[in-house]
Parts: sequence; C-alpha cells; structure tokens
Amino acid sequence: MTDSPAERPIRLMIFSSPTHLAVVRGAVEGLCRSIGFDDECITHVVMSVDEALSNVIRHAYAGAEGEPIEIELDWTDKQPGVRISIRDRGRAAEPEAFVPGGLGELTPGGLGLHIMTECMDCIEYRPAEGGGTVLTMIKRLEPARGRSR
Amino acid sequence: MNDQSRRQCVKAVRWVNHVAIVDVQGDVDLSRSSEFQQSLLGVMDQKPERIIVNLAEVPYMDSSGVASLVKLLSRTRRQQVGLRLAGLTDRVRSIFEITRLDGIFEIHATVEEALA
Repeated sequence: MTDSPAERPIRLMIFSSPTHLAVVRGAVEGLCRSIGFDDECITHVVMSVDEALSNVIRHAYAGAEGEPIEIELDWTDKQPGVRISIRDRGRAAEPEAFVPGGLGELTPGGLGLHIMTECMDCIEYRPAEGGGTVLTMIKRLEPARGRSR
Repeated sequence: MNDQSRRQCVKAVRWVNHVAIVDVQGDVDLSRSSEFQQSLLGVMDQKPERIIVNLAEVPYMDSSGVASLVKLLSRTRRQQVGLRLAGLTDRVRSIFEITRLDGIFEIHATVEEALA
C-alpha cells in the first residue's frame, strides 16, 4: 500500500445498523496491517472506530437503522499513520454526556469515548456542513522504530 | 446479516455442582450485546453460587459487551454470587485493560483455573 493519490483515501458508506460494524472492523484491520501497525495498535484503532460508530448509532441516530454513516480512511508516508473521519447526519455529538460515573453508572457511550481517547493520538469532534458531526481520529506510526506507539 | 450475527452469543450453560459455566461465542458488539446481557442475567435467575463466563471463543468485545458484564457484576455483588471471567483472548483482554476494569473483575486464564 502506497500513499499515491490514486490509492487513497478509502471511503466506505454504511447504514446505522449494528450488523455493519463487523464489516468496518475488518476493513480497518486490513488497512492498518498493510501500512505497518503492530497487533496492539491495530486492536486500538479497530476498537476506536467501532466505538465511534456505535456512538453514532446510539446517540446521533438514537438507534434508528438505515441512516447514513460515511467513513474515510486516509494515510500518508509523510506523516506515517492513519487518519479516520466518520461523518453522520444525525443529532450533534455531545461527548461530555458520555462521561460515566461509578461502576453502577458505567455506560457504553462513556466507555467508548474513554477507549477512543486512550487508544488514539488525536480525536476531534466538529459540526459538519449541512448538519451532523464529523469525528476525526489519528493514530501515528512511531518513525524511530517504524512501529506505532 | 452473516452467520455470526445469527448465532446466539451464549453457546451453552454448563453446571459443575452449583457453578454455572457460560460459554460465549463470536464477537460481542452492539449487534449482540442486548441478547448477551439478557442471557447472562437469565443465568442469575437459576441461582448459581458462582458464574464463570468463558470468553475463549470471543475474538472481539466492544464497550456494550463490557457494560453487560459490568451489569452482571453489579447484580452478582448484590446477591453475593461469585463472578469470574476466563479465557480472554488478547483483543478482549485489551478492552478490559484500557477501561481499567481488569482490576474490578476476577480474571482467570482458563475455565479450569476459574473452577478451582
């Protein structure tokens, strides 16, 4: 896999159905492996994308199936790593609402945001033009070892 | 959508004396976590002394699956039932480590170890 403009980015469009999540996990794992991430970091990126999509389905679309989610996977040799953008057209994201309390109050949304924050180098939510939200996440490859951190 | 999404999360519930061993199969993500949680809480209705959740055949679990286990943990603590997790694959172990729930759950390498 090169960073030739002819090869990137990869764009996926899924619907807000939980059964589509496994398909995206497979695609993300394949891309991360091809650009040189180690097993641990592949797991981290796969989990983060999965949690982000689950949050879109649960919160932005309130569990409604059949709504569009656009995913863009991009990479470059100049800044080795992967950049993932997830765009929905649902209710605006309120990440602060995901923050969990104690053990009895743990929510999947809160855990998901924690996982994304722990596993990725950068996550950013911003309003999308025309409505909805764009989440951008970046995971870098560590240049010294050619491996992810 | 595929064979996995049609398969039941809980493959079997085996009993060794008063210990319920819950064998789970396949990815536990948003598409199956509701069923997973209902199955786990259903085992509680059978009043075991201890529950062992065998995750050896679970390649992937997301936060909704973990939340189901947290709910089971809360219930077992209230009813003074033991809960042990066994056979976590590397990827499933990762989510427990990242969420720091590996210090909350009693985790064993194998079902046999969890039975001891």
